[in-house]
Amino acid sequence: MGMTITEKILAAHSGMAEVVPGEIINARVDIALGNDITAPLAIQAFGEIGATTVFDKNKVILVPDHFTPNKDIQSAEQCRVMRAFAREQQLTHYFEVGRMGIEHALLPELGLVGPGYLVIGADSHTCTYGALGAFATGVGSTDLAAAMATGEIWLRVPEQIKFVFSGKLLPWVNGKDLILHTIGAIGVDGALYKTMEFTGETIRHLDMSGRLTMANMAIEAGGKNGIFPPDEITEAYVRGRMETGYTLYQSDQDARYAKVHEYDCSQIEPQVACPSSPAKVAGVRSLSGIAIDQAVIGSCTNGRLEDLRIAAHIIKGKKVAPDCRLLVIPATQQIYLQALREGLLEAFVEAGAAVSTPTCGPCLGGHMGVLGAGEVAIATTNRNFVGRMGHPTSQVYLANPAVAAASAIKGTICHPEEVVDK
Amino acid sequence: MKGTAWRFGDDVDTDAIIPARYLNTIDPQELARHCMEDADVTFAERVRPGDIIVAGKNFGCGSSREHAPLAIKAAGVACVIAAGFARIFYRNAFNIGLPILESPEAAAGTQAGDELEVDLASGEIRNLTRGTAFKAHPIPPFMQELIKDGGLIEHVARRLKGRA
Repeated sequence: MGMTITEKILAAHSGMAEVVPGEIINARVDIALGNDITAPLAIQAFGEIGATTVFDKNKVILVPDHFTPNKDIQSAEQCRVMRAFAREQQLTHYFEVGRMGIEHALLPELGLVGPGYLVIGADSHTCTYGALGAFATGVGSTDLAAAMATGEIWLRVPEQIKFVFSGKLLPWVNGKDLILHTIGAIGVDGALYKTMEFTGETIRHLDMSGRLTMANMAIEAGGKNGIFPPDEITEAYVRGRMETGYTLYQSDQDARYAKVHEYDCSQIEPQVACPSSPAKVAGVRSLSGIAIDQAVIGSCTNGRLEDLRIAAHIIKGKKVAPDCRLLVIPATQQIYLQALREGLLEAFVEAGAAVSTPTCGPCLGGHMGVLGAGEVAIATTNRNFVGRMGHPTSQVYLANPAVAAASAIKGTICHPEEVVDK
Repeated sequence: MKGTAWRFGDDVDTDAIIPARYLNTIDPQELARHCMEDADVTFAERVRPGDIIVAGKNFGCGSSREHAPLAIKAAGVACVIAAGFARIFYRNAFNIGLPILESPEAAAGTQAGDELEVDLASGEIRNLTRGTAFKAHPIPPFMQELIKDGGLIEHVARRLKGRA
């Protein structure tokens, strides 16, 4: 019987010839990841287990990205715990402020995760690495502690759902719109406990940045992992970042899927998820005119160089609307530097935007752009739950970088073509 | 165990269970003070030890923060019954020893304030206020093994000791 990419990776990491959905396996992890919110709990649990050293100092990665640069004394203490652990365990991959990035943008950029890898991270957006053809899933701190100690994790082999996307995308439509459209169609639990395998002609032409955005939000449909068949785009991305050690798996022709969804993408306009669910999706035109107090361009979902280029293209030479604040947060130091060299940051600052050092910051209402009562934001982030970006009565609309940039210029939600120079 | 039901709807996310603005600590008691704050701002103040949370589908969706089940447990909640749980929350609850039961029928048949009696071993849920009874989905054998060991920490500690 044929297997999917996900099943093949899980089998290879548990020493089995074949795995089937529903089976519980004990799998070897290639990377175990934590951040400044989840690692302190994991480090505490690590001690309680009675463990003294991590299973491999090259394979445990810690990134302080959520509340950094430290937003308050308590956050500073959490980072101190994490830093001390990284030093004591002599971890190769601990990334200090000034050299860090948002974890899910940073790891692919540095070639620390690659095709065929099995990655677990104490952060729900760990599923991002599926863009590279890896199995990657989010876990809690206790699971991370166990994986740091043993290099293993128990997993239930998920059922497989295949998504087939066809058609050429309209202008200003990208990976963000495809994943919002998908979540809108299947709901926030439409892929609960399951794999989302993204395939089809549209996907074959989608760049790595768009794929990372899509895989990133698999969790927003309840998915265990999102995964893309690795192809020449994957290989081109990985080349120069990784030497060897990765494996390109493909799903077999006769692999089993619990469901197959097919979408014609040729008529999809930019998508926006309305408060307070990533599944409450509408076309941008139907929301035209909604006033916004703040626009955020950044996060592990859409803080990559490609995202900043699109935003800068729209913003260059224009001004942020008087009643609106625009925050731009490059996801990593490398992206920040490149955006600086390309003049993107200059375009943002001249437009009246605030440009921040990499941080998850406002995405989870941590710092650097928290919303007050009743305020409305449009953001390229991944969640718009009640209180996600600040006050429980504030509201967040999720969109792609072009829509967020255009809306910041106009001060109301709008289609990019309304502000772009003809 | 016996307790009073608190009723929540579908898709209760972890930001509602414990907002990220309070994640600058791992102290369970501190987290408990803000438990369910963005879903019901009075919850943390009014919840009593032994109370039971009853919710709809996809409880605990969103972030992987283990602070969510920790906050619920530290608030004194004895058990969460839901029509269904999000994947990471489900794992986390078992790992930290918060009892959870999946029963769409019990969720549908419970109103806020109902007195419930729950037998975790058999999965039987009795609504004493309404005189009804429900049976929760059985816990998968592997999860039962975890519980038997006393949670993931103990499970792994035993294995590490075996290797030494």
